[in-house]
Order: sequence, then C-alpha cells, then structure tokens
Amino acid sequence: MLGAPLKRLLGRNLMLTAGLAIVLVMSGAALLAPVLAPFDPNALMLDSILQPPSPEHPLGTDRLGRDVLSRMLYGGRVSLWVGFVAVGISLAIGTVLGLVSGYFRSWVDEAIMRLVDIMLCFPSFFLILSVIAFLEPSLTNIMIVIGLTSWMGVTRLVRAETLSLREREFVDASLLAGCPTWRILVFHILPNTMAPVLITATLGVAGAILVESGLSFLGLGVQPPTASWGNMLMEGKVVTEIAPWLSVYPGLAILVTVLGYNLLGESLRDLLDPRLRD
Amino acid sequence: MGGETLAAPWGARTAGLALRLTRKTLWVCLVLLGITLVSFIVIHLAPGSPTDMETTLNPLAGEMTRQRLMALYGLDRPLHIQYLDWLWRLLHLDFGNSMSADARPVLVKIGERLPLTISMNVISLLLTLILAIPLGIWSACRQNTLTDRTITVLVFIGFAMPSFWLAILLMLLFGLELGWLPLSGLTSMNFPSLSPMDKFIDLARHLTMPIIVSTVGGLAGMSRYMRSCLLEVLRQDYILTARAKGLPPRTVVLRHALRNALLPVITLLGLSVPGLIGGSVIIESIFALPGLGQLFYAAVMARDYTMIMGNLVLAAVLTLAGNLLADLCYGLADPRIRSGGMR
Repeated sequence: MLGAPLKRLLGRNLMLTAGLAIVLVMSGAALLAPVLAPFDPNALMLDSILQPPSPEHPLGTDRLGRDVLSRMLYGGRVSLWVGFVAVGISLAIGTVLGLVSGYFRSWVDEAIMRLVDIMLCFPSFFLILSVIAFLEPSLTNIMIVIGLTSWMGVTRLVRAETLSLREREFVDASLLAGCPTWRILVFHILPNTMAPVLITATLGVAGAILVESGLSFLGLGVQPPTASWGNMLMEGKVVTEIAPWLSVYPGLAILVTVLGYNLLGESLRDLLDPRLRD
Repeated sequence: MGGETLAAPWGARTAGLALRLTRKTLWVCLVLLGITLVSFIVIHLAPGSPTDMETTLNPLAGEMTRQRLMALYGLDRPLHIQYLDWLWRLLHLDFGNSMSADARPVLVKIGERLPLTISMNVISLLLTLILAIPLGIWSACRQNTLTDRTITVLVFIGFAMPSFWLAILLMLLFGLELGWLPLSGLTSMNFPSLSPMDKFIDLARHLTMPIIVSTVGGLAGMSRYMRSCLLEVLRQDYILTARAKGLPPRTVVLRHALRNALLPVITLLGLSVPGLIGGSVIIESIFALPGLGQLFYAAVMARDYTMIMGNLVLAAVLTLAGNLLADLCYGLADPRIRSGGMR
C-alpha cells in the first residue's frame, strides 16, 4: 500500500526527468551549434551530393551537398529562438490583459474576455498564413505573428488567478499601506500567478515550434538558405524517393523537441497544480 | 435526469432554450463581424496588392494600367468604404469575384472545393471520436498500469508529431516502399473510365493517407482529454455510491461515469474545428488534393483579397457553427444547464 504513492511519484518524476533531459540536450545542441557542427551549414560540397549517412556525414548530405547534421544543429537554433520569443510575446500580452481584466473587472473585464472569445474563434492558421505571405516570410514576422495569435490561454489563466487573489488579505493590506495599484499588480499579484503561466509557457513553446516548422514546410517560414527543420523537410520532400534520410531526421528532431517540452509542461502541471494532485 | 428540470413546464423549458439560442446567435454575429473587420484591416493594410501580378511583374504595364486595375477592383477608395461595401454585399451572400485572372465568383470557386475538405474533416473527426473515446476510457480504467503508460506514451508522441512529417513517412512506407497506396492526388489517371464501384475504391485509396494524417493529431489530444475527464468523474462521491451498492465496474463506468465525462469532450470537439481547417492547408498541399486549403494557399500567394476574405469568413462560420453545435449538444446532454442562461 505504501509503495503505490512512491511508485506514482517516481512515474511522475520519470516524465519530468525525460522532458527536462530532452529540453536541455536540444537547447544545448542548438546553443553550441557552432562548436558541435562538423561543417559549415551552408557550405556547398558539390562533390558529395545526396550522400547517405556515413562516418564523415553522420546524417548524410542534401541536394546541394550540405551536411545534414550541421544544418539540423543550426535549425535547432531557429526553433529554440522562435519558440521562446513567440511565447515571450504571448506571455507579455496575456499577463497584462489578464491582470487588468481580473483586477479591475466591470466593463474592462467584459471587453477583454469578449476579445479573447473572438480570437479563439479565429481560424488562426489561416490568418498567420495570410499575414506572413503579405509581410514577406521572415523569422521576426513569424515570431510576432505566432505571439499575437496565441495569448488567449494565458489571459484566461492569469485573469482567473487574479480574480481570486485580489480578494486575499495581503492585497487589502497593501491597499491600506498606500501601495499604488500598479505595484500591487506587479509585485503582489503577478508573482502568485506564475505557476500556471509557467506550465502554459512550456506547452506554448512546443506549439510555436510546430507552427514554425509547418510554415517553413509550406515555404512561408524561414527562408533558405537559412536552415530550419521545416524547410529542410520541404527541400527533402522533392528527393524523398532517393534520399529518405532527408525526410526522416529533421522531422524526428521536431518530434523529439516538441515531445520534450510537452512532457516537461505536463509534469510541471502535475507538480504545481494542486487541483489535479490527489 | 434531474427531477427539477422534468418538473418544469414544457413551455418554460423551451422558452429558456430559445432565449439561450437567441443570445448565442446574436453573440455569434458579433464575433463574425469582429473577425471580418480585423481580417479586412490586416489584409488590406499589408504591403502588396492583387494588381502586382499584372503590373509590377509585367514590364509592359505602366502606372496608368495599375491605376485602372485598382479602380476596377475598387481598391482606390478609402478603406472604410471598401469594408462597408464588402460587408453590404456579404449580407446578400455576394462574396464578390475572385481577383485572380479567371475572375469567377468567389462563392462558386469555394463551392467546388468545399465538399472534399468538409467530407475529409468530418470523416477524420468521426474516426477520432470512435477511437479516442474507447482509448481514453480504457486508459482511465487502468490508471498507472502498463496499458495506461503505453497509451500515454503513444498519445504524447502523436501529440508532438508534425502532421507533414507523418504524411511524408506514410508516403515513404505505403506509397514507395510497399506500393499499397497512391502517393498523391484525388483520383487516378483512368478515373473517368472506371465503374462506380471502382471509382469509390479509387477515391478511398487516395484519401486513406490524408485522413490518417488528419486523424492522428486530434486522436492524441482527444483520448488524453477523455482519460482525464473520466478520471475526474470517477473520483466523485456518486461513483463511490454506485460502487458501494455493488454495481459491476462496467456499469459504473459506462452508465454512470461516462455521461458526465463526455460533456467536456463535446466542447473540445467544437473547439477543434479551427485546427482542422488550418491543418487542411498543409495536408492538401502535401497530397496535392484540390480542396479548400489549397485554394486558400493559392489565394494568399496571389494576394487575391476577395478570395482570402471569402475563405476567412467561411472558416470563421464553420468554427462558430462547431462551437454553437457543441454548445447545443452540451445543453441537450446536460439537464443542469438546459433551462439556464449563458454563463
């Protein structure tokens, strides 16, 4: 009987460990890309085109003779960067709107919540596609657009937390002590909403990486020759019959990275969210 | 069935439902208006214009041609007039003509593509439900066993799987390696000469991989959600009562718990519509299927304003219809909110 909770905790930690390990390894590989990459990711080696994986090129070479492993390491930087910046933008918008909405309530709350409802009904991938196509696909535009279309969940979470936090004694105490509203919001309420926000942010990174790779795969994301996992898959698709490794490894990298962030997010939820803990 | 709701007179109950529906419909119209306004502004303020194809890319065309084309499409007028004009025509179900070379009505062009995309998504949604609910139940009833763990791992992988990568892998396996299924397209070359039965088989063979791809992502999320909803319900007191009075576990889960656990799943179903529509763009582009997603992609590339707006409106309407339908089902399934107002 005593073994069961212990076993469950171990199971939970296994998920956390796996997620954390993947995230750390992938981030480390991306950050250390210049050191780890055996070749220049954009160096054309026309004498070794479409080489299958070998000791010299562990993951083979592509149509232009570029080393796939090196390109994937650099592609990891793109994914990491997009994930973090896009989530940063959505967190910034989401927390501000959520705090304001939950603290001031009345018509401000009503307006913001209706805006959230509208945004949730938006066929967002369609909108992202049109905006990117119009503004010219670039890394900056992708990050901004993903951020601008993914803040709704954060807003709802922060608002819900704020609604209950504002009734607590420590808020009354700060008010009595003459603390200005912005100080209460930023230094007293905001820190207490961080646990659920952290969970959403972790899952958000995974989502942003998926959207970026999808856009790049359609040719509307990161533009060649800059390597990204999505555009490597797009380039590989043309020659998938003769060079399947070009279609396999970058996709595997996306899968593993997204999996890592999802595992981390879910296990954080188990640990931090008392409502789901039994 | 709650005694209270049954006791309420029939008239009052329908009146409650009608009020709820009216408020919901009004809200939907407002959301739609908001979506069109935002999309219109974003699309028209962005650089580039539908006339680019015929002017800047055409050395023979000068400034005069550009201005005449702009006037032809009505793009020379102030933005708010353009929007109001577009909205007015939309109210008469006139989506305008496509700004691409063929200049055919947007509604006709969408109409040609709609059946394929809708039927693909409906099939994959049904498949998702048929597979996800039993999987979720199975997983929840065996919480923390090896079965549950295995399903959870698979669900996480399915969740992280980029749809286009799955599509490529399936093409490699079933299309190239095994040669079981056609790689892309909707029909074979000899399609017109086939008998009706063979036509059906041919279509089904072409659509198998796209449908698998669009099912997998949804399946993972849905079964996970089903599992956690059921687990939550199973913790409630009335389930303890049911178990305590000696009902077989099967009855407890399937008749007592499942009803309440299915409610949130219905909502998720409504919310999954935008994802499906967005996913169509990628899936249709990989498998070269002439659906709505491809039409939209082409329209975006050509900056075909009327076409893009038409597609956005349609996608928004489908999304809202999904939400409304989910809401309605929710109301029908849960007596507690049947007579109440909107939250």
